[in-house]
Amino acid sequence: MATAPPETAISVTGLRKSFGEHVVLDGLDLTVPAGTVYSLLGANGAGKSTTVRILSTLAASDGGSARVRGHDLASEPDAVRAAIGVTGQFSAVDSLLTGEENLLLMADLHHWPRRDGRRRVAELLRRFDLVDAARRPASTYSGGMRRRLDLAMTLVGDPQVIFLDEPTTGLDPRSRRAMWRIVRELVSTGVTVFLTTQYLEEADELADRIGVLHHGRLVAEGTAEELKRLVPGGHVLLRFADPTSLEDAERALDTSSRENGTLALRVPSDGGLRSLRAVLSRLDDRSIEVEELSVRTPDLDDVFLALTGQPGAEKVST
Amino acid sequence: MGTAPSLPGPAPAALRFHPLRDSATMSRRNLRHMLRYPSTTLVLVGMPIVFLLLFVYVFGGALGAGISEGPGGRSEYVTYVVPAILLMTIASTVQGTAISIAMDLTEGIIDRFRTMHIARVSVLTGHVVGSVIQAFLSLAIVMGVALLIGFRPGAGLGGWLATTGFLAVVTFALVWLSVALGQVSRSVETASNLPMPLILLPFLSSGFVPTDSMPAGLRWFAEYQPFTPIIETSRGLLMDQPVGHHGWVALGWCALIALGGYLWSRRLFGREHPS
Repeated sequence: MATAPPETAISVTGLRKSFGEHVVLDGLDLTVPAGTVYSLLGANGAGKSTTVRILSTLAASDGGSARVRGHDLASEPDAVRAAIGVTGQFSAVDSLLTGEENLLLMADLHHWPRRDGRRRVAELLRRFDLVDAARRPASTYSGGMRRRLDLAMTLVGDPQVIFLDEPTTGLDPRSRRAMWRIVRELVSTGVTVFLTTQYLEEADELADRIGVLHHGRLVAEGTAEELKRLVPGGHVLLRFADPTSLEDAERALDTSSRENGTLALRVPSDGGLRSLRAVLSRLDDRSIEVEELSVRTPDLDDVFLALTGQPGAEKVST
Repeated sequence: MGTAPSLPGPAPAALRFHPLRDSATMSRRNLRHMLRYPSTTLVLVGMPIVFLLLFVYVFGGALGAGISEGPGGRSEYVTYVVPAILLMTIASTVQGTAISIAMDLTEGIIDRFRTMHIARVSVLTGHVVGSVIQAFLSLAIVMGVALLIGFRPGAGLGGWLATTGFLAVVTFALVWLSVALGQVSRSVETASNLPMPLILLPFLSSGFVPTDSMPAGLRWFAEYQPFTPIIETSRGLLMDQPVGHHGWVALGWCALIALGGYLWSRRLFGREHPS
């Protein structure tokens, strides 16, 4: 048990951290296999950033242990730093330098030979769509461009494990999609990505495994599919024009429940055509007019609310 | 267990540190900042020049009559005050150092450096080297203005070289102190205020008026604070006069300030920044 299995990129055991009285991490355990994307999902203050700060050697833990690529964080921080790349929540670029100079600075700090460094920087500028802005100071960049430059700087050193702390927070939808594409490309090259996010969609899109963090503990862990299965949240939402139709429909569909304060009815359903047709034919038989119909399959939002809605939820194993 | 396949980890050679190379890289970064935004240097060098002109042309006539029995007046006072203004130039530059360190810390780029496998001290030495070069540019400008308005040092080549070397030592010491002050401040505003005493201390020394014209308590302070021997030493070197014990006292203070600043800076840099 002295070392983590070699194919493990990150292993965390019983990690604890408090700031004064405030407990931020309360015995966190997780394992990330090499070459996969792990997403830590949680609301603000759940302990996501603290986890990244500890795993990237920026902060010390109060208890527990963690290894990154087999190197113990406490005893071999230098070896950890040599293996990782970090793109934090707050941009870590030099605003006074141009995008290209920022990247060249990284190349110099990684001791790339001059020519190799320049070639690599040119390639990253192309890949991150920053060629036109390369000679402009980073202070003139938009939020999305800064974030791309930030990640490009992280990649100059060819890290094997990449930490992305809320990589798309505050970005517009287009920039967010661009970021997702970049992360997917990264993973295809075999690196391990540890990503924190408060967007369920993001975890769903990118992660192989998702850990739901709540009050410093993992309350659930699994693939997006496994997590969705935990929550029977699928339903059909029917909206009616008047209270009479609503009451008629409620009588016709015995498993339904009202949406508080609206003229809408929630009917459990797996979202399949057969169950949908059954609902509609019952309403048809009684000539009840439906103004609007929508089908909702359970998403991670439901999982998240179901798991973190009640404080002190037990960890669900899948 | 022994046959378990392992991922190709970084070779031990990759874990070696390159403090000189990293420091050179970081110094280039700081010099680039300076060249790209020359206005920062101009603002920092502006203050001592304003004080020089103020003290020579506004107060110089009266103060000059006070410091000498002869008819020297203003022209004699230029000679007297320039060493203090040179020290003020250095103090003004290191105020810029504290500000740029604090800016780095608020920008988040320092967090990036902290997670990288680089010689940590290079982040600080980069600022130190950049600031020393900036201070010498400023000193050259201020000296130019001083010569224009009638400063006539008596030093020969040896005296000039000694002055340059001595001012380099002073700058080095104050820059390290300022690197710590920049880190200890949580904001850029604090960072610009904390080194203020460095700007004010020359007034409470032998820089602007001889200490024996001061009341007893103040005079005691002025004679024992580090800026008095520093100013007396530069004055002696520039005017080709013996510096006496002031030289050693000044160098002792500089060594103390540099070492203290360096150790304090290292400790601050190693500390955890909760955010």
